[in-house]
Amino acid sequence: MSERLNVRKTYKLVIGGAFVRSESGRSYEVTGADGAFLANVARASRKDVRDAVRAAEGAQPRWAAQGAMLRGQVLYRFAEMAEARAGELADQVSRAEGVDGATARASVAGGIDRLVWYAGWADKVGQVLGGANDVAGPFFNFSVPVPVGVVGVVAPADSSFAGLVDALVAPLVTGNAVVVLASEHRPVPAVLLGEMTATSDLPAGLVNVLSGPLDELGPVLAAHEAVDGLDLTGARDPGALAALAADSITRVLHAGPPATPEGGLQRLRAFVDTTTVWHTVGA
Amino acid sequence: MEIPSRSRVPQVGSEAQLRTVLAGLSGVDAVGVSARAAKLATRSLKRETKRAALDLAISLVDLTTLEGADTPGHVAALCAKARRPDAGDATAPPVAAVCVYPDLVATARAHLVGSPVRVAAVATAFPAGRASLPVKLADVAEARAAGADEIDMVIDRGAFLSGRLGQVFEEIVAVKEACGPAHLKVILETGELATYDNVRRASWLAMLAGADFIKTSTGKVAVSATPPVALVMLEAVRDFAESTGQVVGVKLAGGIRSAKEALRYLVLANETAGSTWLEPRTFRFGASSLLTDLLLQRRSQRTGAYARREHVSVE
Repeated sequence: MSERLNVRKTYKLVIGGAFVRSESGRSYEVTGADGAFLANVARASRKDVRDAVRAAEGAQPRWAAQGAMLRGQVLYRFAEMAEARAGELADQVSRAEGVDGATARASVAGGIDRLVWYAGWADKVGQVLGGANDVAGPFFNFSVPVPVGVVGVVAPADSSFAGLVDALVAPLVTGNAVVVLASEHRPVPAVLLGEMTATSDLPAGLVNVLSGPLDELGPVLAAHEAVDGLDLTGARDPGALAALAADSITRVLHAGPPATPEGGLQRLRAFVDTTTVWHTVGA
Repeated sequence: MEIPSRSRVPQVGSEAQLRTVLAGLSGVDAVGVSARAAKLATRSLKRETKRAALDLAISLVDLTTLEGADTPGHVAALCAKARRPDAGDATAPPVAAVCVYPDLVATARAHLVGSPVRVAAVATAFPAGRASLPVKLADVAEARAAGADEIDMVIDRGAFLSGRLGQVFEEIVAVKEACGPAHLKVILETGELATYDNVRRASWLAMLAGADFIKTSTGKVAVSATPPVALVMLEAVRDFAESTGQVVGVKLAGGIRSAKEALRYLVLANETAGSTWLEPRTFRFGASSLLTDLLLQRRSQRTGAYARREHVSVE
């Protein structure tokens, strides 16, 4: 019997629930921390950014309209899917970051735990960030956090999985859709995470993952008028991107808070608006 | 270019003569047409050309609302958008026409006073065309009386498909007469004509009967305007102009929603019929949501940032 040929995988973009090559047809090589060839990855263009934002715009209203508890359950299922492929994730994190297997496995396990932690927040964040206000009159007055809409995430360049989970999942908890620009040189874990969204009941288009040159894609995403929030954790020049975003009233998280409970809450708070609702007390 | 005299329009005095003329048309190479349309769709317009093409496409739109739920208020809003498509940018050209049901023509007319935007009405028992000729003519007369500049009629597809070509021809002639000075657009409903050969024959039939425009679709059936069908119709108007000297327009309607598709059709028209066709007198897009996408693309071209849908009025 002849020797088996390698089945090589090209990592594609995740746009609108589909795994697509770049609109431009381009791809680029990703190397591991040791400089060895790792994989061919689709190289997104500005039109892919446009398509991804459009997909996110389409998916977000229905996700936001779901009950908070259901959103939590869906995110928990997302964690289940990640857990099932934890070995593959750890393998890729190990190669991308040049860390040993045990460290990579611990990093992935930490990321998945973080995902479960965020899932639990879905039906609690309203009580913590919102509240009943005291008013002088026969009315109830509530402050309610509502999602901003579409959040663009420039994923952390160094922490290819654990850091990504924080940046990607926090906006989802409160009902936003995300467009992630994966770490330019370590995009594989982000693309894998994008693949897992397809099997975890997250609506198509809610999570979009683009790999490619950040200098080219970052400004397009930041200036896009339909992007309502920006997480610039992985940006090389957050100030410049924030300036581009300023024209269209975009919420900006300049540098990601630490992966602590306080940091997580800070992330949840970053991409909600607070709306105030009046209601008569009634007889 | 030498314009041949009008006398070269084939004389169609009887159904037999009509059959002879239509039978003389060569068949359509379906594979070739699809390949040619696909090939032309790969042309890409950039920068100034794209900006000019977007403005041109806007000026060719028949802004259409043909819903059972149409109200005078909705038509008023549509007319405001037709006059000034981008509220934030007066340099965006107005559209060619507003297209409504006959009962709303007067409303549209009132809201378009003093603007170059024309009023088109779908008449003749739109969209099925299944009514007797007197009913169809009454429909046209009502739209005309209310002030319609253009009439969009549907052909009787049942009659065409069962071979009663004379009946279809006579109906178009009668409606054309009822139109008076109003422009007549003849809807072939190509999605129901089954073959490209039928599209070519129906195009010639409509042109011989006096159509000012031939139009693909009502937008009410599953298949509407497609690039190959547009190509066949554009070839028909080109050949008709070459052999008779009469210039007939083409209106593509139904299912054209993105600026990208619209620009592809402009390329198709330019390469098939020629650039002289690319003006509101001879080329139209029947659409509603297309205008929104054209405006979004236009803004993106000007500001360099992708635009937000809510920033242009959605009718």
